[in-house]
Amino acid sequence: MPTIVVDVMPKAELLDPQGKAVAGALARTGRTGFTGVRIGKRFELTVDGPIDDDLKANVQQIAEEILSNSVIEDVVGIHYEQSNAELASEAAVAASVTDDGFGAPAGETH
Amino acid sequence: MRIGVITFPGSLDDRDAQRAVRLAGAEPVALWHGSHDLEGVDALILPGGFSYGDYLRCGAIASLSPIMTEVIDAANAGMPVLGICNGFQMLTEAHLLEGGLIRNDHGSFVCRDQVLRVENASTDWTSGFEAGQQITIPLKNGEGGFIASDDVLDRLEGEGRVVFRYVDVNPNGSLRDIAGISNERGNVVGLMPHPEHAVEPGFGPDTAVAMRSGVDGLGFFTSVVRRALVEA
Repeated sequence: MPTIVVDVMPKAELLDPQGKAVAGALARTGRTGFTGVRIGKRFELTVDGPIDDDLKANVQQIAEEILSNSVIEDVVGIHYEQSNAELASEAAVAASVTDDGFGAPAGETH
Repeated sequence: MRIGVITFPGSLDDRDAQRAVRLAGAEPVALWHGSHDLEGVDALILPGGFSYGDYLRCGAIASLSPIMTEVIDAANAGMPVLGICNGFQMLTEAHLLEGGLIRNDHGSFVCRDQVLRVENASTDWTSGFEAGQQITIPLKNGEGGFIASDDVLDRLEGEGRVVFRYVDVNPNGSLRDIAGISNERGNVVGLMPHPEHAVEPGFGPDTAVAMRSGVDGLGFFTSVVRRALVEA
């Protein structure tokens, strides 16, 4: 089942009190060397059907209008991932045709 | 005058808002988020609480509720709408008000009697106050830091749409000490503090006169009632 991963982060210029609290805990427990921690959100949306341009446009809109609030957050990534079974079957198909070494990666990212 | 108070899953202060409406001389009408019917009310209150457990973002899922379609239409047509705390967060998520609310800068939930300065006494919900008047009402939030871009903040200030500012202490890191704002028309007002908890002697903030005697919040509700009478 294809999975769509949407990553949302608080805007860089905003104070992130959660990240700051974690950074404080790291320092208190002797984990030094980290200059900052920021906490964001990862959404996983699953679909039954194929990932096509319509779906991608739909996901883009959902990510910008519902999963994030542009006043306080940025959508920092939308990734389309496929299950291991699908990756295996695609690999089998790819192996059966001439491999020119320039095939697209199985997981698409933009 | 009939004033609707919308209950969402996780609303806490809906009945307090209904009581405030009653004490101001209007009839409260309990409305449900899952309906598309405003039942002919003359004004609306989105109450405080933790709708949907603050999942996704505070007020975000509630802003997508069925009844919000009608709320947005009514607000754009000029109906008075007051968003208190979580209701303010919903109004920003629904784009009826600008800016957004984020976690308090100090990271802790805050609960205190808060002094505010009324910066704009001409909105539907503040016409019973004097500009510059200081009032004290309870504040209780974990994510009450008001933020917006500098452009939006300048515009809100330039157009007199900063309705309330925190006085003495900024309890949550809100930019420019902003506690509440309005839309351009002045019919939609949102603020983080809770006027509905300061409407009845014996149950409000302490004052110099007596414990728990503060009723500064009543002016919000009498303002909208009086305006309706004037227009009638």
